[in-house]
Amino acid sequence: MFIIKCPFCGEREQSEFKAGGEAHIIRPKQPTELSDDQWAEYLFMRKNIKGIQFERWNHVHGCRKWFNVVRDTSNDEIKAVYKMGEKPPVQ
Amino acid sequence: MTKNLRVKIGKTIDETYRISFKFNGSTYYGFKGDTLASALLANNIHLVGRSFKYHRPRGIMTAGSEEPNAIVQLHDNSSRTEPNVRATEIEIYEDLEASSQNCWPSVNFDVGGINNILSPLLPAGFYYKTFMWPASFWEKYEYFIRRSAGLGKSPTKPDPDIYEHEYIHCDVLIIGAGISGIIAAKIAAKKGLKTLLVDEKPNLGGSTIYQNSDHFKINNQNSGSWLEKEINEIKKLKNLEIRTRTSVAAYHGYNFLLARENLTDHLPIDQRKDKTRHKLLKIRANKVITATGSIERPMIFDNNDRPGILLSSAIKKYADYFGVACGEKNILFTNNDSAYETAISLIQKGINIEAIIDNREEINSKLIYEVEKSNIKVFKGFTIVNTNGYKRINKVSLMKLSKDGQKVIGSKINLSCDCLGISGGWTPAVHLFTQSGGKLKFREKDQVFIPNKYSSDQISIGSCNGDLTLEDIIKNTPKYLREFLNLKKTDYDNTEVFSSENQSKRNIWLLPSDKILGKTKSFVDYQNDATAKDIKLALREGFRSIEHVKRYTTTGMGTDQGKLGNMHALGIISETAGAKMGELGTTTFRPPYTPLTFGTIVGRNVGEYFDAFRKTPIHDWHVDNKADFENVGQWKRAWYYPKDNEDMNQAVQRESKAARESAGILDASTLGKIDIQGTDASEFLNRVYTNAWSKLAIGKCRYGLMLNEDGMVYDDGVTTRLGENHYIMTTTTGGAANVMGKLEDYLQTEWPELDVYLTSVTDHYATVSVCGPNSKKIISKVIPNLDLTDENFPHMSFKNVNIGKINCRVMRISFTGEHSYEINVQANYGKSVWEKCMQAGKDYNITPYGTEAMHLLRAEKGFIIVGQDTDATMTPIDLQMNWIVSKKKYDFIGKRSLYRSDTSREDRKQLVGLLTDNPDEVLEEGAQIVANVNKSPIEMLGHVTSSYYSPNLKKSIALGVVKGGKNMMGQKLIIPMEKKNINVTVSDPVFLDKENKRLNA
Repeated sequence: MFIIKCPFCGEREQSEFKAGGEAHIIRPKQPTELSDDQWAEYLFMRKNIKGIQFERWNHVHGCRKWFNVVRDTSNDEIKAVYKMGEKPPVQ
Repeated sequence: MTKNLRVKIGKTIDETYRISFKFNGSTYYGFKGDTLASALLANNIHLVGRSFKYHRPRGIMTAGSEEPNAIVQLHDNSSRTEPNVRATEIEIYEDLEASSQNCWPSVNFDVGGINNILSPLLPAGFYYKTFMWPASFWEKYEYFIRRSAGLGKSPTKPDPDIYEHEYIHCDVLIIGAGISGIIAAKIAAKKGLKTLLVDEKPNLGGSTIYQNSDHFKINNQNSGSWLEKEINEIKKLKNLEIRTRTSVAAYHGYNFLLARENLTDHLPIDQRKDKTRHKLLKIRANKVITATGSIERPMIFDNNDRPGILLSSAIKKYADYFGVACGEKNILFTNNDSAYETAISLIQKGINIEAIIDNREEINSKLIYEVEKSNIKVFKGFTIVNTNGYKRINKVSLMKLSKDGQKVIGSKINLSCDCLGISGGWTPAVHLFTQSGGKLKFREKDQVFIPNKYSSDQISIGSCNGDLTLEDIIKNTPKYLREFLNLKKTDYDNTEVFSSENQSKRNIWLLPSDKILGKTKSFVDYQNDATAKDIKLALREGFRSIEHVKRYTTTGMGTDQGKLGNMHALGIISETAGAKMGELGTTTFRPPYTPLTFGTIVGRNVGEYFDAFRKTPIHDWHVDNKADFENVGQWKRAWYYPKDNEDMNQAVQRESKAARESAGILDASTLGKIDIQGTDASEFLNRVYTNAWSKLAIGKCRYGLMLNEDGMVYDDGVTTRLGENHYIMTTTTGGAANVMGKLEDYLQTEWPELDVYLTSVTDHYATVSVCGPNSKKIISKVIPNLDLTDENFPHMSFKNVNIGKINCRVMRISFTGEHSYEINVQANYGKSVWEKCMQAGKDYNITPYGTEAMHLLRAEKGFIIVGQDTDATMTPIDLQMNWIVSKKKYDFIGKRSLYRSDTSREDRKQLVGLLTDNPDEVLEEGAQIVANVNKSPIEMLGHVTSSYYSPNLKKSIALGVVKGGKNMMGQKLIIPMEKKNINVTVSDPVFLDKENKRLNA
């Protein structure tokens, strides 16, 4: 079980959080103008990397805020935590 | 046949405290401090069980948690019975009852022993290969295979014991209280760190504590006495907490560990009452020091599994620690110096040693000279090629090893014995280290895997780190700890150590024999009966990956997880396949290190505490009125209210009829309620629902359908506009939390510019729904000053009113198709308002109805239930609900997906009504729907999603999803059941009052 540092509440047990999949996928502003393939790219295609992954997490049993996490999936080390809308502090 | 093999008693056994216990029905005696294994050995009992596959007689092999053979059933047929308990771990108590497993009728005469004779017919993968054909016979085979397999019997009665969970946070956790763990504990605690020291054994000190030979000295005292003083000192340290009988089961990431503390298993049963049996410790440590020691390796030769064959270190422990001789004619077989430590202990205790057989040719070791001084014959450069004795070893045969160790030469020598100690060197216990994500490296010199890269703030010290001699431990441990704990010096920096041990070792994974391999039974995994032959067969059959060989041969898959033999399996694979051990890697070590009971895992979360449940404010009324309850998510909902011995069907029919003929009342408090406020609230609803919301007038309600971004129906409910910038949304009971999460997600991440605030108010309101032709009369009695005319209070509108002094929100909305009102009131007034309605409805036979009648009533009207009639593959178009999808809105969640090539297919499954040809025949929900039963394979067109007998229509009605169903109106279809085919006709899903006349009746 990891310890995640919520940007609003501080360090908490993983059980307080809910994972929300890959981060930085922006909902298209004009979906009606996209082809099926472009829409499918947004809707379905997700990375599943062994290594550094950018993820969304929700402090669902805490402040209910969504935020971003940079996690190394090979050893679960969390490299950085940052708020929605902010640029990732590591590449 | 029982003898007393107790020799000079060690300090740990209390000779004045005699304990009687039963094994396989006979009474024996031991002393306080004995394990079941040591007490049995003292009574000269070796045979304790039968092996898993061949039912070979097996004896006690070890003195610890690595035991593969001596696993027993405790207190058979009682509520406290427990299978697979290691005799080497359980401490005896008065009236302990243990029995052998996996044998019938008895351990001495086991019918399954026939498998041993049949063993040439039972190679690795036997079951996979034999019971494959014909596939349809599997069900028949399975019964017999399952009956003959399985170790022990699981309890059938409720567990009378109490279990607990405990959270522990500490600066330093030390696992293992052997010599290096004790050193670490003192250093850490003296530094002022909050330290927790755990050990699976009842006493501290590991194997050093009973080391009393002059060949191992620390600061000029024998190592055991030195350690005893250290232990007495650390017991005084304030920062140090010590937990014995505590076995770490799992080491997860971020230094989160699970351990089981055993509190009562060593107590007589009458002393366990009201005490916690096991505690599951959930430990979060800043730093972890692993000092789990090492496990002695067996040797792999023909018939190396007979009762009376033990690890040499176990024989030493039984002699030194428990004061028990494992035999009267002992032989030791070794490839390293450890066995000579055992020999010296036995000599000290006056226990007879017949001979020592050593793989090694030339050895220069003080320990060997010492042993040879006692006139004990040492066969150097020899190996055992076979043993004899069915239920107890009585003879070993040895031969000279060739120079390269690949074959045996010369003639066979036979020696008689009643006990054989084997020592194949040591395997560091790296299980927890690898569980934590650590990476191992292979040390060629002595063929061991040792920790290389750590994944968290932790360190391994002592023999689990590859420091296999006392000298290395004393030299290296303080050095590692200085660095790990950031110290300039420790109390142990100048400790002097003296050890006579020679470190040479002649490692041969599979010892050669005079017989061909196919004729030998050289066991690698004792518990699962996997032999060297099986492993080689797997390789011949093409298995290469160590993980595959493991599964095919079942090596390492028993309750002991191959703690003894896994390394040999790797060694044999490496030699046979010509791969390097380091490159081959190990199989994955998975938690738990030793098995946990289910009781430990669930702790107090049993019975009514298994899961939290939610009750509505009106719950007590339902209980008082004999409702049966249904679980909906965590909610307990009134399902139906049986009257006068009614069964469920009768009650539901009566309730449904009453709701349409006069009046019904439903507790709808469980519906999710979200309060939505903000200047962009209307825009927000426009984006999350499929229909338009901007023009909804204040005081009006509207039904909304919510999709996922993939276009599939996610939730539905009625939302009411309470003010210019204020809405109250209702969701399905089960979907409330997810809807809330989803809306928050979009607000926070996609549309942070919207001025909208969401608050979950599900628990804050009770909802009483009154429906039926007389509902208006009832509400007019409950709220006399409310104008209920259609002009003032039309369908789909809302009023803020008072019942007495209680403020209520009343909505005129309907899920039954009847004229109906929903009163929302602050939760603590819920029951009172419900009772007022009951009172007011008395003259109209107001009938409380449960969720089942509610489902029936809505099905008559063709209203869907999200999650019952939909399953995340249904679009609103599939549900024939095109009317609710706005064509005008530029965008809403899921809109784009509604015209993907897949969602616009005509032959998707679509919701339809189904009417049975026989109006009394009620379909089964989930039943398949087909058109043609004569064509094989039968094409499945869909399935029944809702089905009831409608008391109001006096016929069976059903909803179902059918491929292309939209265009099949009036078509005949078939529901094939086990015993008959049921003919149905596709119909409109609205069965009753299509014109909605009843809403305004």
